[in-house]
Amino acid sequence: MKSVAYELDRVDSAQAAARALRAGGWGAKATAGGQSLGAMLNLRLAQPETLIDLDGIAELRGATQDEKFVTYGAMTTHAQVEDGLAPDAANGLMAKVARGIAYRAVRNRGTMGGSLCHADPAADWVSTMPLLDATLIVTNGETPRAIAAPQFMTAAFETQLLEGELLTHIRVPKRSPATRWSYRKFCRKTGEFAHALAAAVYDPQDGTERLVFGALDGAPQVVARAGLMKELASEAGRAALLAPVIATLDSTRAAMLAEMLRLVALDMEKSA
Amino acid sequence: MSAPKLEFPPVVEVGIALEVNDRRYELTVEPRAILADVLREQCGLTATHIGCEHGVCGACTVMVDGAPQRSCLQSAVRFQGKHVETLEAYADDLVMAQLRQAFTAEHALQCGYCTPGMLITARDIVTRLPQADEERIREELAGNLCRCTGYNGIVRAVQRVLRERAASKVTHAA
Repeated sequence: MKSVAYELDRVDSAQAAARALRAGGWGAKATAGGQSLGAMLNLRLAQPETLIDLDGIAELRGATQDEKFVTYGAMTTHAQVEDGLAPDAANGLMAKVARGIAYRAVRNRGTMGGSLCHADPAADWVSTMPLLDATLIVTNGETPRAIAAPQFMTAAFETQLLEGELLTHIRVPKRSPATRWSYRKFCRKTGEFAHALAAAVYDPQDGTERLVFGALDGAPQVVARAGLMKELASEAGRAALLAPVIATLDSTRAAMLAEMLRLVALDMEKSA
Repeated sequence: MSAPKLEFPPVVEVGIALEVNDRRYELTVEPRAILADVLREQCGLTATHIGCEHGVCGACTVMVDGAPQRSCLQSAVRFQGKHVETLEAYADDLVMAQLRQAFTAEHALQCGYCTPGMLITARDIVTRLPQADEERIREELAGNLCRCTGYNGIVRAVQRVLRERAASKVTHAA
């Protein structure tokens, strides 16, 4: 099917984008890589009046790093992370996650910021950024504000972005080289959206122990506490971790999620 | 009884210039027109096929700035200033010639509908991932669907070209 007719408005600054989004109200949508939105347009699941094309905004591209953080421009593509063209803040986890997103042709264009703002519950960065306790920097064109990744997504396809706001950067805390991680998602077909997702990070250097359940019906759920890895290692511990999460899932998805968690536990044990 | 009067919204088109296969095309398009449709209908470049129009089948895969990309998901307008190549650009390309020969030898096509997309993706695999094993090849081909062949011939064709390229490297090194 073909998309509804829309205007394509290419802007050259975050300020101009925010202005255009405010002016367009409900009818305006920002487009980054267009790999998710394009499909929705062609299926007429999205029927915007105006698309604000972010390609011309230089400040959204590239990644910088200092001692503590890697800060990714929102237009960083999945392929750039996969290929190591953008630094990996998490000791290899981000490159692995990137490689598993959809297909290479999609990764060459799809962006980290676009995926986070689209907020598909089954998307990879949507689960990974909360796991890594990243911070999302958004702007209304004048004032930037920081939103913690675990709180950014509020429901399926909904985020804390206010009307007229644009995600500009994603700031990820750097993990030590001693960091161990596991990322497991269940897809019947390579590249499809996950049906169940579990991932863990353990940084012995600062004691970080974090777990995320993703591909749920809404936002991913993060668990972070000391002793988490020990809980993960036992079947009883895993059942306790799963119980609140699978309460709203059907038995098939619950079983998939339990299996992903079991594999995460095995991975973490093996890498110890 | 008279037929109802249908009111259509006005068609708004924009003028763009696209660089496709090293040629400049000056076109008038609706912003909603996807690159695939513009390539096929206005540029006459029909090697690029359309399958699913939502990014999963891979039939529409073209090269943009040397990397595979879907042409069904974005407005043609967004490809201005980019170096777009369809399969037609690779008529004289040596790697593509190897792939075509391998596809023929390994029976990697039947109806041919997926083939242009397969060849674009395959060329990316053999140039970017010279060490790819069967598992990796299948993973990289996952974004190109084929209803005819069952994929084995396509995988064999890619493996064949990888072997040929590795062997020729050894020869040159020696």
